[in-house]
Order: sequence, then C-alpha cells, then structure tokens
Amino acid sequence: MSIAHGVASGMGGIRTAGDLVARMQLTRGMRIKEAKAYVAGKLGVSERDLSDPVVMLDVRREYGLGGLYDSEITDTNDAWAIQAKFNIAELLDIPINCVESFKTLVRGKLGAKS
Amino acid sequence: MEEGIPTRMGDGSLTRMTRSEIKADIEAGTKAAAAKAKVPPLSDVEQEHLLDIYASKARFTAVDMGEGVIISADGSGTRHIGTRQNDMQCFEQLLGADIIELWHIDYSFKAVKTVLPFEQQEMKDCLNVITSPMQYGAMPDLGRYTQPDGPIANWSELMPLGKIDEARDAQLEAVEQAVDDMVFVADGMAAVGADGIDLDTTGAAGDADFLAALRATEIIRKKHPDMGIEMGMAGEFVLGMHGQIEYDGRRLAGMWPLAQLKAAEKAGATIFGPCVNVNTGKSGAWNVARAITLVKPCMAEAKIPIHMNAGMGVGGVPMCRYLPLDAVSRASKAMVEILRLDGL
Repeated sequence: MSIAHGVASGMGGIRTAGDLVARMQLTRGMRIKEAKAYVAGKLGVSERDLSDPVVMLDVRREYGLGGLYDSEITDTNDAWAIQAKFNIAELLDIPINCVESFKTLVRGKLGAKS
Repeated sequence: MEEGIPTRMGDGSLTRMTRSEIKADIEAGTKAAAAKAKVPPLSDVEQEHLLDIYASKARFTAVDMGEGVIISADGSGTRHIGTRQNDMQCFEQLLGADIIELWHIDYSFKAVKTVLPFEQQEMKDCLNVITSPMQYGAMPDLGRYTQPDGPIANWSELMPLGKIDEARDAQLEAVEQAVDDMVFVADGMAAVGADGIDLDTTGAAGDADFLAALRATEIIRKKHPDMGIEMGMAGEFVLGMHGQIEYDGRRLAGMWPLAQLKAAEKAGATIFGPCVNVNTGKSGAWNVARAITLVKPCMAEAKIPIHMNAGMGVGGVPMCRYLPLDAVSRASKAMVEILRLDGL
C-alpha cells in the first residue's frame, strides 16, 4: 500500500524535496501550495523541480540536505541524516527538535539555544 | 453490448462492471454522501473525472508529474524485516515516504506510557540515521481505560442497564486519564527530538475519545510550539457515546469532517486527517465518490494541511490485507486530484 501511494501520489521523500515540504506542513501547518512555494524559494528552484529527482539530487548535495544513502548516489563527503538536518534547519529557518537536542547534548559547543 | 471493465469491490475482490455501471455507482456514492451529511454532491465534471479514473483497465494510475503531495506514512516502521529502525529506513530510503512514523504494535497511548523509555530510545536511535521528519503515532483509545482492561467503569455495560449518568461520568473520567497519557508520551518524544506526534484513529470510542485528543492537542501545542501534531480520525462521523460533550461551544457527537477539522484547528493541530470508512459490499468507485463528497467541504476552508486517511478500509481503499495496486492507485489519484489534498 505504501509503495502504491508513494508512486501514485507522493512527492518522493528524500529523493526529491518531499521531506522538506513535509517539514513545513508538520511544524508550520502550511498547506501544500504554500509549503512548496516556501521550499522552492529557499532552494532557488521552481515548484515543479521539487518533485524532480534529477534536479533535486544536485540541489540537495549542493546544500548538504541528505539523500539516499547509497555509494552510487551520495558519497562519504555528503551530509546525511542528523548531519543533513542541521543544514535543513538553517535553510528552512525552522527549529528541528533533534538538532536542538543534539546541540544541547554536546553542551553548547554548537550554539544551543538552551 | 458494453464491455465489462475489471474493477474492485470494497472488500478488494475483483469484479467486472461496464462504464455505465461504474458511472451509476459514482452518482449513487456521491448522492448517498450528500444526503447523509447534507453537503453538495460532486459536480458533473468531478464525476466525469472519477469515471475516467475508474473505467480503465490500467494496472496502475497516478497523478500528473509535479503534482505529488506529502505522504505522512502512519504505520511506517511496521516490522516487515529486521528491526523497526530498519523498517523506517526502508520507508525513507526505498519507499519514498515524506514523513516517517515510529509506533508500537500496541497502538495506544495508555499502553505506550508503560514502555515509553524504550520507545524514546528507539526514536532517538532513528533520528540519528533518518533525514525525513519523524513523528510518533498511537491512538487515544479511550476504551482501554474501562474495566476489565482499565480502572474505570465500563460505559458500554452501564448504558444497557439504563445507568446513563454513570456511563457519561465514566467517559469524562477516562478523558482525564487519556489526556494525561497522551501529553506524557508527547513530552517524552519531544524530549528525545521527535518532529511530531500523531493522534491517530481519533474518535474511535466516540465523542469523549475525540474530546480527549482535542484537549491533549491544546496542551501539547502550548508546551511544544514547534512540534507537529497530526490528528487523524477514526471515521467520517463522531459517534455520540456520551452525546452531550461540547468543544468550543459545539457538540462533538454527530460532527462530519468539516466540523471535525474546525475543532482540530482550534485545538492546535498542524495536520488533519479526515477518515471515511469503506462499505465492503459496494464498488471502489462508489466508495471513493462517497469519501470525496464527504471530505470536499474541508478543502476550501482548511487553514492546515489535509492528509486524508487512505489505508485498509478507509478513503476508498479496499478492506483487505494484500491491497491491489490498481485499487490503491485509483483511490490515491482520485482523492488527490479531485480534492486537491495536501497529503495522504
């Protein structure tokens, strides 16, 4: 079922900008048009590009936003997971809870808010 | 003679219907919803669009390029292989889910409260290796608070005895405990860095169940302003197990999706998931027409994203375990394109 929905109607997650648009929905309650426009603006791409994995691979690597953890797609110099989420928080200008938690746990060395 | 087109019933079984029969089912489905919920039926153009989607022999169908929406995959991390962490990585790395959800097989906040440290540890581990936003999901599940499973008198036993006031009091007592448990789990998940909480299958035990979720949402929103709160419903209509409970001056019993949405927004949810149950004896086309008609009034008025429930037995997706690609993709495309959904 998840495969069917993802292929039929999904944005594509981290292969595209699905996770980024999702963050604006989840944390800011933005509807899809507003969320896509916001993310596209931050990335300097068109809203259509957000769903294009060919475009988004390069864009995500440029900004360090993570991607598929596969040596034929990204390499050891690419940010992924928690590393990428630091860059996503800065790019989208939103607090990401686990990033803030990470900063707190390394005892302010990365500029934690608390 | 018209050709029969392979199509699915609400229980997933394959049948054949002519284009005219599918058209008649779409008309009947939207009329049934309109009459029941007192909402407008789908327009002729929308019905024609739905007919084009369903009167097709294609094995798979999809929205147009660039028109994808957010898949908040509640129930990801189902233990298909290995560990739950492995499964969530699969949802992100292989299935393209946009939001990943950690959950416990005992999908109830009351149960999860007792194993919260283990769930927190799992969430923390996952957050370190997953890029996509992650939420924690469970049900308010008010029935769990009743005897013999819980401490509170069982209102389903009290009501047949004519003890209506006692049954109502018991529900309100359960609300207090359920709110505490939902907030307790949300606090724990926020503490380890979760991006959101999913109050799933809300209203399953009726209007008191819905009230518990709304009150918990208010508290979670105040305590964690940046935390996502997805509120998914259990059905299209809030059952009046109590019957007199109000929220923000409106009676919860009898609420249809638009009124449910307004309550969720007022409480502070960031994503609302309307739910329309499937009639297994009707065709997929009938069910999707009915579901879209019931949810359509939400779309123009929503201030927060609408992620329609589209899993087994809801949202026009058949009630069966191995869901056919043809049925899921048709329901998916139909709901996203006609409703202009924000997600599923």
